[in-house]
Amino acid sequence: MSFSIKKQDDVVVVDVEGQLIVGNRQELKQKVLDELERGERKFLIDFSQTGYIDSSGLGVLVSLSKKIREQGGELRLANLNDDLKTLFELTKLDTLFQIADTRERALQSF
Amino acid sequence: MVELVRRECAVMRFGRRQLMLNVPVALTEALSNAILRGNEDDPRKHVYVRVRVDHVTLIIEVKDEGIGFDLDQCTSDPTTPEHLLSEEGRGLFLMQKLMDRVERFAGRPGNIVRLTLRRAS
Repeated sequence: MSFSIKKQDDVVVVDVEGQLIVGNRQELKQKVLDELERGERKFLIDFSQTGYIDSSGLGVLVSLSKKIREQGGELRLANLNDDLKTLFELTKLDTLFQIADTRERALQSF
Repeated sequence: MVELVRRECAVMRFGRRQLMLNVPVALTEALSNAILRGNEDDPRKHVYVRVRVDHVTLIIEVKDEGIGFDLDQCTSDPTTPEHLLSEEGRGLFLMQKLMDRVERFAGRPGNIVRLTLRRAS
């Protein structure tokens, strides 16, 4: 379970490797908030290497979405596999987030 | 624990989605619920897990040492407009969506949550 952060043009891209669950959600939250504090405003979280997400992981995404928006920023999600899409659909969070099929499409959408 | 249960379900030929989504997410929810809510994150308290799986059904029982809770009262619908932006409150909801049955029993002492999932054909 780890997160890698890199900058692609003016977008902060976060890769979630493994699971996003109660045990590591705070790490993701802190990493993104640190970038927000540094003045970054465009964020993309890529789930192409993610196994599964639990309710606390979903909660952190909601929290980050709110905080980024409060600062005038934008958050996009990309590369949700079918199982993760189901999770977002069950919780109706697919209506809250802008979700792209690929990283490229997400980057183009800013 | 999650990987162990998932592996046993794979041996019993549970469906791919059940192995990748239903089982790991529901079990993670039950465990974190027992540790954080039931046991109030007290490291002196224990969580006990009993699993029975065959080619038909998976049954998981997660027992904590907490005071218990009313399953119906704790399960709000997080998909309503007033709850959609909430950071919490999706755990029991997801368990109920991903399992065929979620039951709660008094553990004397403690609290037992039983998850039941029938193997997808």
